Amino acid sequence: METVNDEKPRVILTEHKVVENFPQGPTVYDDHFDAKYFKKKLQIVVIRRNNTDMEFDLIGIQHFLANTFRRLMLSEVPTMAIDKVHVLNNTSIIQDEVLAHRLGLIPLKADPRLFQSVADVNEAPTEKNTLEFELKVKCSHNREISKKESSRAEDIYKNSNVYSKQIKWVPIGSQRSRFNESDVGPIHQDILIAKMRPGHELDLKLFATKSNGKDHAKFSPVATAFYRLLPDIKIVKPVEGEAAFRLQKCFSQGVISVRKENDRQYAVVNESHARYDTGCRNVFRYDDLKDSVVMSKIQDHFIFTIESVGALPPDAIFREALSVLKAKCSALLTELNV
Amino acid sequence: MSVSQIADFSHGTSKTFVFQNEGHTLGNALKGIISSYPNVQFCGYTVPHPAENQMHLRIQMFKGQAIDALKKGLADLIQVCDITLDKFDEAVVSFNTADK
Repeated sequence: METVNDEKPRVILTEHKVVENFPQGPTVYDDHFDAKYFKKKLQIVVIRRNNTDMEFDLIGIQHFLANTFRRLMLSEVPTMAIDKVHVLNNTSIIQDEVLAHRLGLIPLKADPRLFQSVADVNEAPTEKNTLEFELKVKCSHNREISKKESSRAEDIYKNSNVYSKQIKWVPIGSQRSRFNESDVGPIHQDILIAKMRPGHELDLKLFATKSNGKDHAKFSPVATAFYRLLPDIKIVKPVEGEAAFRLQKCFSQGVISVRKENDRQYAVVNESHARYDTGCRNVFRYDDLKDSVVMSKIQDHFIFTIESVGALPPDAIFREALSVLKAKCSALLTELNV
Repeated sequence: MSVSQIADFSHGTSKTFVFQNEGHTLGNALKGIISSYPNVQFCGYTVPHPAENQMHLRIQMFKGQAIDALKKGLADLIQVCDITLDKFDEAVVSFNTADK
């Protein structure tokens, strides 16, 4: 079996098992924890970023810290979500509790950093910890259209579909001057909440509060936040001609390129795409190819992907996660020092 | 009171700390850092019951007080947050400038 000798701690993916391959020198895994050493080793590189998605590399960090950051983003970073629904009238066919649950899952745009958590659930909501909304919809026959023209429910009835855009914000206290309706309401305008027929009516008061994913998944700021280890593929014996194309098919798209030089064709690893390899071990199906490639993963190189729901940009979610952990540790430390 | 200690007879070299409203997130991070200290013989954590929101952290020392290792662990974790935040901000800034 092949081994790799460099300074990186890695695992080698063989045909049936995963083998550890640690370097001669020290790695982040066999040192006593020391903040200076941590600072020296840690490297962060942003790969892509927009308003909802972000990919970045965390290099030279222990796995338990990477996992802590991931867990914090999933369940400890707070956001706002509809938590209480006062049902004044509901004559639609969807039951009160199912409707309330559906409303809770609608992502809100409100920035959670501008609100406080509700300290006591029995206290009246205040402008600092609660956003109030209203949903008042009544379904009726559409008199402007005759049945001969159309038989679609959307045409012959008014308000047969209730969408998230029909949720209206009701500012409490000074909220009107601090926020715009577009800053606090639902992120998506076209979420179907209920279907109704003439005579059906919804009259609801909705209260959004701040909490985190530990409380309920609807408060989680991320759709997913996950990490993978960086894959590293090395071609150790030249692969040429027809075999090069066969090798290319063994890996994810774009990982292996076939380079043409004079009348020779040979396989090379496409470095910019190799990070997206899935670790599929199809090469081991071919006896002539399986000894020409070493597949490994770098154990202290984490590729983080954060997919935000939309209330917070992904980089803010990571920053919030760190500040949540810091606040937790500081509080415990002061308590122990008393 | 979010952290308490279970009584024992080791004069403080071995201790079990009980954290209220904490779980695997803090438990594993602390365990990973504290168990790498040279004077620590053993460090482990457990969530004794999934329905109870508490976490037990056990520290056994070769020499010194267990509570000092815990304090150092918490202080180091704060440093980790600060360092990571600084480097993350730098990385985002350099990505933004490279993007333009």
